[in-house]
Amino acid sequence: MHPSCSWHHHFPAVPRAEPAPKAVFSYREGDSQVLKTILKRILQIIPVLFVVVTITFVLTRLIPGDPATVMLGPQASPDAIAQMKERLGLDKPMWEQYVNYLLGVLQGDFGYAYSYSGPVLPIILDRLPATLMITITGLVIAILIGIPIGVESAVKQNTAFDYVFMVLALVGVSMPIFWLGLMLVLFFSVQLGWLPAMGMGSAAKGAWDVISHMILPCSCLATIPGATFARITRSSMLETINADYVKALRARGLTESVVIWKHAFKNALPPILTVLGLQLASAFAGAILTETIFSWPGLGTLIVNAVNSRDYALIQGIVLFSAVIFVFVNLVVDIAYMLINPRVNYESGGQS
Amino acid sequence: MAQDAQEVLEKTPESGRILTVHDLHTYFHTASGIAKAVDGVSFTLDRGKTLGIVGESGSGKSVTAASVMRLLPKNGRIESGEIIFDDNDMVTIEKDKLLDLRGNDMAMIFQDPMTALDPVFKIGSQMIEQIRIHDHMSKAEARERSIEMLKLVGIPNPESRLNSYPYELSGGMCQRVMIAMAVSCHPKFVIADEPTTALDVTVQAQVLELLKDLQQQLDTAILLITHNLGIIWQMADTVMVMYAGRTCEYAPMEDLYARPLHPYTWGLLDSMPKLSDAGKTDLKTIPGVPPDLRLTGACCNFYNRCPYATEHCRTEVPKLKEILPGHFVACHRQNGVNKLTRGEVNAHE
Amino acid sequence: MADKNTQAPSADTLSEASTLEMLKRERRANNAWHKLSRNKTAVIGLVIVVIMVILAVFATFIAPQDPNAIDIAHTYLKPGAAGHIFGTDSYGRDLFSRIVYGARISIFVAIGGTIVGAVIGVLLGLVAGFFGGIVDSIIMRIMDGMMAFPFILLALILMTILGTGTLNVILAIGIANVPNFARIVRGQVHVVKNEEYCNAERVLGASNARIVFRHIFANALSPIIVYFTLNIASAIISEAALSFLGLGITPPTASWGNILSDGKNSLQLAPHIATISGIFILLTVLGFNLLGDGIRDVLDPKQKR
Repeated sequence: MHPSCSWHHHFPAVPRAEPAPKAVFSYREGDSQVLKTILKRILQIIPVLFVVVTITFVLTRLIPGDPATVMLGPQASPDAIAQMKERLGLDKPMWEQYVNYLLGVLQGDFGYAYSYSGPVLPIILDRLPATLMITITGLVIAILIGIPIGVESAVKQNTAFDYVFMVLALVGVSMPIFWLGLMLVLFFSVQLGWLPAMGMGSAAKGAWDVISHMILPCSCLATIPGATFARITRSSMLETINADYVKALRARGLTESVVIWKHAFKNALPPILTVLGLQLASAFAGAILTETIFSWPGLGTLIVNAVNSRDYALIQGIVLFSAVIFVFVNLVVDIAYMLINPRVNYESGGQS
Repeated sequence: MAQDAQEVLEKTPESGRILTVHDLHTYFHTASGIAKAVDGVSFTLDRGKTLGIVGESGSGKSVTAASVMRLLPKNGRIESGEIIFDDNDMVTIEKDKLLDLRGNDMAMIFQDPMTALDPVFKIGSQMIEQIRIHDHMSKAEARERSIEMLKLVGIPNPESRLNSYPYELSGGMCQRVMIAMAVSCHPKFVIADEPTTALDVTVQAQVLELLKDLQQQLDTAILLITHNLGIIWQMADTVMVMYAGRTCEYAPMEDLYARPLHPYTWGLLDSMPKLSDAGKTDLKTIPGVPPDLRLTGACCNFYNRCPYATEHCRTEVPKLKEILPGHFVACHRQNGVNKLTRGEVNAHE
Repeated sequence: MADKNTQAPSADTLSEASTLEMLKRERRANNAWHKLSRNKTAVIGLVIVVIMVILAVFATFIAPQDPNAIDIAHTYLKPGAAGHIFGTDSYGRDLFSRIVYGARISIFVAIGGTIVGAVIGVLLGLVAGFFGGIVDSIIMRIMDGMMAFPFILLALILMTILGTGTLNVILAIGIANVPNFARIVRGQVHVVKNEEYCNAERVLGASNARIVFRHIFANALSPIIVYFTLNIASAIISEAALSFLGLGITPPTASWGNILSDGKNSLQLAPHIATISGIFILLTVLGFNLLGDGIRDVLDPKQKR
């Protein structure tokens, strides 16, 4: 190994001719700038949330029919319907209903789901873990498989490896998720009988029961995001791999894997994070369709049932819930973006 | 008869020799043909000395340097030739040994300092990373060394500078940081690829001063690549003039300026505006453009722009031969075949 | 005196000829059509799209049987049986004919929905970008709000409001797509508004309208075309998803989505229904994706692919 050199102690520093330049950002300035930008970003979600609540309210009100009639059935008398309307607050003017709704939401009151005979929010929270189980697992699998494939494809650009995987990825993003689910069921359940097609399994029957029920839905939910990650990672890496500093890093004697995975990858992260945010947010959409196929008792089947039974409050509640989650997920992704890429703050001052 | 370059180089004593490049051919394989970026280049470099490679864009000077450190892009390949660095055969060296040498015994300074540093890591972390790869020491010790290196290159407030990102520094500062990183492990050899091209003129002078100082202190050999003859004058001990992938002239710096022998060198020197011109004459240029490197190979590459070309120049590649002691030229006419008349030569002294 | 060729001659070939040849080759290679046609993947995409469109347009001529002809005696026939290339579905209807007619509906709906979304979205984007200020903020906040809802959820709710039916599906998909187009166009307007040459032209006195149409349009056009193509791909899946959930095109009208839904119910009995309809969806989406990628490569050479 090269001996540690201490020669530089003996030589005086080169006197500098240029005056000490005024730093563009000193360390302390830079850090507080980041904080300011993050704070700004957090405040930006307030108008968006407001719009979200409003859109939800408007949309639900637009659904034809009225909750009272639906709840009481077509045989109910007009009096009963009128009474129910009063109970539900539907006889009040629209703007008053809106304000009541807004206030209710802020206090956690999302209404009453008649088809489940209970307040909306607890029902949602009760079914949420089941959805999270398969969506989070699916996304993690997608990340663990998709991103490395993307990096390798970029490194091995235009080789057979690259070609094969990018074709697979393209097919992956082109397939309907519900078809994929059906094919998985067809192959692994119907034909091979290896895995169960429906339901969640129970912990009481052991870990394998739960896991075996999860395998197909998770695979289904992992495929399309995985393909997307592979593609975006590859294209982002291609840009960083050819940058000047990569050559300089190699010239310093860093190993190829450090150059690629520590340096090039970190630079390539921003678009990947953006896609991650989008995937997290649209995970619910995939869940709706997947849960339908696998009869998985999560939020997806909940919303489909709610729509079919015209349970307005429940529909409203789930829609609002998923939109709010989306906004917060995007916020987290944006903040992570800012923390990773210091230049974003400097140049754009936090504009999206 | 002028002696062949290879024979001369082989005879020279090897004691201070750090780098020998012999008949290097580096080609780029593109979809539309093979570009012969370096087509038969030879030179040597001794410790503590500076070799300047001068030429216009596309002459192959950067590719030569990249070949020495094996930093070519995917479609570039060293087709043939020898590169011996400090007793290491750089063409056949194993990856591990190569990584050991890079950043350690051999270092490189790049043209655009702003883009040569990783933008998402702090300066300090990049410097510490490099030091720790080559010299096993703790993070704290590496940090100490980094601070000393920054002081050495004249950066104020080195302790807080370590926490800056590259975009927070000016071009000159970035270049100093790059130099600090390059010398942090006491390299025997540094390639400076157009180190001042992207900088303001005042900063240029400081950076060159810095390089010269460091060279004196560390007895480092420098391979200086530039298209600026003024920088060559300041820094180089020996000069190699390249054109379209080949060496035109290779001589000690004073000899080159005092007695240039290759028509291309004449053109280069003439194109520099001089104070004595008194502002009345147009800038002299060499008419024509360099050849497409996919088509070169079979004759003198300067043929179509050379005012003194003959039919022989069109049919045979001129070899590098020693015309005067230590002074090599690759030109058919100067090599004794159809020698340029005294009159023509005198006009360019 | 040496001749002033721009290339050093090689000893064996005539310099002029070889240079000219190389220049000609380069010029041809840079021509857009040539680039597109040489891009193999884009060509494959185009071929697939053209085939599907032909199926859709000439459905009446291509389909051997009436897609809605029920034949209880011959339900769930396997592909290849008794003159049914793809077999029959749960009502004995010829699957091939239904797929062909389904192409018509699915593609028509997808393109229609995308057009609706594009027209409204581009208009909103232009308005927001050009007027800036409060108008811009309001419009973009609404767009952000709309984008907060998962696409399928939004489309689902819209279908609940509008009711099922082909036109409504087009409308629902269109409305759900508006924010994406609006965002792209507005971004482009901003970029171009701030570009140097726009300011230069303003200094020179060119009217605002001229600036809009020459620069903004030209710049925004390529990302819009690319996005339009890719959007058709996702619109096909959206229609299929809605029909799959029972909220899109309802039977007896054939759409790939509701055929797939039918296939789900008969997965064990007749797996070919689900499999084949899904493959058609996949192929068409793949085709539009390839085409969109190819167009992007041609129009935006900066991207390294």
